[in-house]
Amino acid sequence: MTDQTTQTPVSTPARAKPAKGGFLGLTSNDSTLLMIIFGLLIFAPFILNPFPEGSAMAQFNAGYPDLMQRFVIFGIFAIGFNILFGLTGYLSFGHAAFLGVGSYAAIWSMKLVTLNVIPAIIMAIIVAGAFSWVVGKISLRRSGIYFSILTLAFAQMSYALAYSVLTPITGGETGLQIKNTDNPLFGSLNPGEIGRANFFGLEMGNSYMLEIGNWVFTFNLGYYIAAVAMLVAFYLSIRIFRSPFGIMLRAVKSNQQRMNYTGLEPKRYTLWAFVISGMFAGLAGGLMVAMDTQVGPERMFWTASGEVVIMTILGGAGTLMGPVLGAGFIKYLENIVSKINKDILHQWFAFLPDGFEDLMVTLVYPFVGKGWHLTMGILFMLVVIFLPGGLVEGGKRIAGLFTRKKTADKES
Amino acid sequence: MDQIIVQVLNGLDKGSAYALIALGLTIIFGTLGVVNFAHGALFMMGAFCAVITSKILSASHRVVDETRTDFLGNPLEVETFYVQDWFGMAAGQTIMEWAVPIAIIFAIPVMILVGFAMERGLIKHFYHRPHADQILVTFGLALVIGEIIKYTFGANPIQTPAPPAFTGSLDFGVFLGYEAQTIMYPYWRLVYFFFSAIIIAAVFAFLQFTTFGMVVRAGMADRETVGLLGINIDKRFTFMFGLAAAVAGVAGVMYAPIVAPNYNMGLDFLVLSFVVVVVGGMGSLPGAVAAGFLLGILESFASMPAIVDILPGINQIIIYLVAILILLTRPRGLMGRKGVMEE
Amino acid sequence: MSKSNFTRRGVIKTGAVAGAGLAVPQYLRADGHAGFTNAPGDSEVVLGFNVPQSGPYADEGADELRAYELAVEHLNGGGDGGMLQTFSSKALDGTGILGREVKYVTGDTQTKSDAARASARSMIEKDGAIMITGGSSSGVAVAVQALCQEAGIMFMAGLTHSNDTTGKDRKANGFRHFFNSYMTGAALAPVLAAQYGTDRKAYHLTADYNWGYTTEEAIRASTEAMGWETVNSVKTPLTQTDFSSYIAPVLNSGADVLVLNHYGGNMINSLTNAVQFGLRDAQANGKNFEIVVPLYSELMARGAGANIAGILGSQNWDWKIENQLGAKYAGTNAFVQSFGTKYGFPPSQAAHTTYVQTLLYADAVQRAGSFAPCAVVEALEGFEFDGMGNGPTLYRADDHQCFKDVLVVRGKENPENEFDLVEIVEVTPVDQVTYAPDHPQMGGADASLGECNNGA
Repeated sequence: MTDQTTQTPVSTPARAKPAKGGFLGLTSNDSTLLMIIFGLLIFAPFILNPFPEGSAMAQFNAGYPDLMQRFVIFGIFAIGFNILFGLTGYLSFGHAAFLGVGSYAAIWSMKLVTLNVIPAIIMAIIVAGAFSWVVGKISLRRSGIYFSILTLAFAQMSYALAYSVLTPITGGETGLQIKNTDNPLFGSLNPGEIGRANFFGLEMGNSYMLEIGNWVFTFNLGYYIAAVAMLVAFYLSIRIFRSPFGIMLRAVKSNQQRMNYTGLEPKRYTLWAFVISGMFAGLAGGLMVAMDTQVGPERMFWTASGEVVIMTILGGAGTLMGPVLGAGFIKYLENIVSKINKDILHQWFAFLPDGFEDLMVTLVYPFVGKGWHLTMGILFMLVVIFLPGGLVEGGKRIAGLFTRKKTADKES
Repeated sequence: MDQIIVQVLNGLDKGSAYALIALGLTIIFGTLGVVNFAHGALFMMGAFCAVITSKILSASHRVVDETRTDFLGNPLEVETFYVQDWFGMAAGQTIMEWAVPIAIIFAIPVMILVGFAMERGLIKHFYHRPHADQILVTFGLALVIGEIIKYTFGANPIQTPAPPAFTGSLDFGVFLGYEAQTIMYPYWRLVYFFFSAIIIAAVFAFLQFTTFGMVVRAGMADRETVGLLGINIDKRFTFMFGLAAAVAGVAGVMYAPIVAPNYNMGLDFLVLSFVVVVVGGMGSLPGAVAAGFLLGILESFASMPAIVDILPGINQIIIYLVAILILLTRPRGLMGRKGVMEE
Repeated sequence: MSKSNFTRRGVIKTGAVAGAGLAVPQYLRADGHAGFTNAPGDSEVVLGFNVPQSGPYADEGADELRAYELAVEHLNGGGDGGMLQTFSSKALDGTGILGREVKYVTGDTQTKSDAARASARSMIEKDGAIMITGGSSSGVAVAVQALCQEAGIMFMAGLTHSNDTTGKDRKANGFRHFFNSYMTGAALAPVLAAQYGTDRKAYHLTADYNWGYTTEEAIRASTEAMGWETVNSVKTPLTQTDFSSYIAPVLNSGADVLVLNHYGGNMINSLTNAVQFGLRDAQANGKNFEIVVPLYSELMARGAGANIAGILGSQNWDWKIENQLGAKYAGTNAFVQSFGTKYGFPPSQAAHTTYVQTLLYADAVQRAGSFAPCAVVEALEGFEFDGMGNGPTLYRADDHQCFKDVLVVRGKENPENEFDLVEIVEVTPVDQVTYAPDHPQMGGADASLGECNNGA
């Protein structure tokens, strides 16, 4: 405890006050960042589909609705987690519970009230926020690893109960889907018709396909709704990072005792951070249901909580972009690498002589398809060994490489 | 009453597994300050030492038996075991059946080496990194180890039976004056219990009564001061890591006959062992052992039909519920030291 | 190892064809010209094989995938044709489906419904799959079936045994060839009564999730109808590995039969524990204590090793059935022959059901003359066929469940090799395992298939 008094980030609030009159109350750096995110979100269908259809590389395209939605949703989840962990240093190991509870709230809203996704998402945020308040109130009585285990315990209990005893509410293992017997209060379904999630009448699955040459780009309504949520979440996250509240949270991380001495109550701030990040998780959970009307309890299993921890650390805890990058990285591996099978490898290496082709396939095969966990594990280790600070650090280094080059060019 | 005795016995057995894993983890976690998400993987590697030993001992070559055919109608290839070629049918059979105890002999040096390699090659560089980085790198390592095992042995559990001398059950109730078959207890579980008691006692004795152990304990309490005294604490910590790996490893070897090993068992035990260590209190070896037995026994009680009937689902959550209750009433778990991993 | 489909020339050809716009996903495309989701082009059709490749059922998934690859090979005219030679419908001729070469994509369900749906959606949205098949658990099957219904894609269930898949969660676009909990109960009960008598007292240990519930319900109902008494039933957490605290109280509970409603790793561990606690050698109520495992699988049997000796259970199919019970189960040997030749060991029932499902789908498309899901559904509904290894079989129109004989098997005392672990005790004829579509165990009168969905 004592050795940390040398760090005094509390006394350097130089960037804390947003420049008055800046864009949406942001500094120019931050508004650039927000604009970058905005651009990435808008043009994701292009950016993620760089390879023409039918080419051998098309396997690596990620620009289809489901994965784009997942990138964004898990991005939001990680951004929220980072508000707690990145700022206060409190490592929650049970955040998936809030995502799961949010999902259950959203699907019940759709089953009972209306198929419109907006009320469902709002319900998800409220219920997840309330649940995280309860869990936070109890868990925050301890700190460090004790806090982590408390949150883990709550999440595991939620998972176990949702899987078994609470089956009437949660659907147990099978989870909940919208069925043809569900007839929400505000809805006009024909008897026997299975309701679909919609946004004031527009279905989430609606897509517009743009064909340019051999390329096909999909613009999906659900994705853009999620993207708007992401933009808002990211904006809120910037504001929180730069606000006096954010400074307080950093103070919690660096020196709680000093905060206590100055008469501030660190627990209150931390609880707020916990609830806010729980609400972000709820938003993510609600969006998941909005995009794909299904909830299963494994969404709350500890591996899911672990996943968001890993996403955040991998991307760069405490940075704004890091969690988003980490989420994208893991979801990409999970959805793209796991689908590469032996036949696809044979196609790739078909240009080699037969013996070499088989050799290459044998060498690569353990790392793709069912071996995607292996690739993921190796990449985790490589990133953390060579890029302390996560993927954001990698990005900085690459950027640094270019700027250095530029300055070198100028000098010469 | 007989049911309670049964569950105490079961609990002691579960508890000894938990305690052994937690003991190793708390050495690494509570004393070296490293969050080791690969500890479950070490336990699994131990269990697979038993599998590998069993496979090596039952290595075979194929002899074509022209008189019989296989399922496709081709001549049947009969497996012939090398150990039976060398030592005769009966002796060879015995050697194969005793694979698990034999595996212990191999597992201890192998796991110590694995521990050394892990500490020197990887963990050493992470002592001064944030816990978050430790989690990421050790979790990555755990995934890699698990996938290598899956690639080699498949995902299906592999039955690794105890020697025939230890199959079957002891009619424990008879000693207490109950009727026959009231309290049955498998011999191998008794072996496991006594085995873990010995290992736990040995680790404690080692730390308590040897100079080496004394220095390590001092180093845990105040690493810098011990370093200033000119003692190479790093080397000792490497050794402790090896020791922790070996404890997890032998726990795994002996556990193989109880639950058939598969590549995922490391992750199954990972979360549980963290809960045990933290409930026991960070930095406390006796705490970890006590928490292991406590949670093991409570888990067994919670699964009694009479209790599940009253509180449905209690068997699903008991460990976590108890963890919450203990951590809320005792801020640092059962016997935790102040200031360890509280940041 | 065969990779006959991928000569270099073949790849260049397919590359060119695909480049001409075939692999374009047409999911929910506004101008859906063919009137249904992912209508295939003129030379290729893509099937999605969605199986567990990580997690506890990864080995089962691997076996399913082998069977799928074999089915694709046979559909495209490769290999020896397998069951196409014995299949009662002769619509398929080895030129793919409706003249289109069959291609496939694979994905990992991770045995989680979220991951399974993500993988299925990527097959539908990205790869243009016209049919999704696979899965190794009922939760996943129900989740993916609902997704396919929504998207207007056919779903041919893989290994899923819970009543709900074709019971309360049945869907018009989904079909199941595998048998279910009810059938297990109906098939096992008479054999149990014959082997162990009708005055038995049973103790159930049940995995605490959906499949466990339906299996326990089915076994209880059918054994109690035979005169058995259920002493107790205890739910065990899915994540449990050491079952000692559940097994130990069994012996003096007054029961003389233990029913393990467990699957996969749960079953391997609970059975191993039960044997360790001496249940198999014990006496209770003056009878030998018996253990029953309602649903058997080859992989589970392999994992449980010697512990399964003498234990009764049920199976959808076994690779020895034609050899032992004659030509009624034709198709079995043809399949075993081509699977064994290609991979070197006999297929599991998971491999069989997935292989058959793929062929049945292809055949239905061929007969319907269209890939449109509603046409395929119509062709499959009420379809009677033979020569697929299970004897005469009916795909019932009311709930899209296959009705066929059910095998009752027992673990062998002295297995000769790791693939020959069970012996067939009896085959329960299809009449005994047939039930009304609105049976209470199958969701009652509320359960309905809904309308078939062609998608966009």
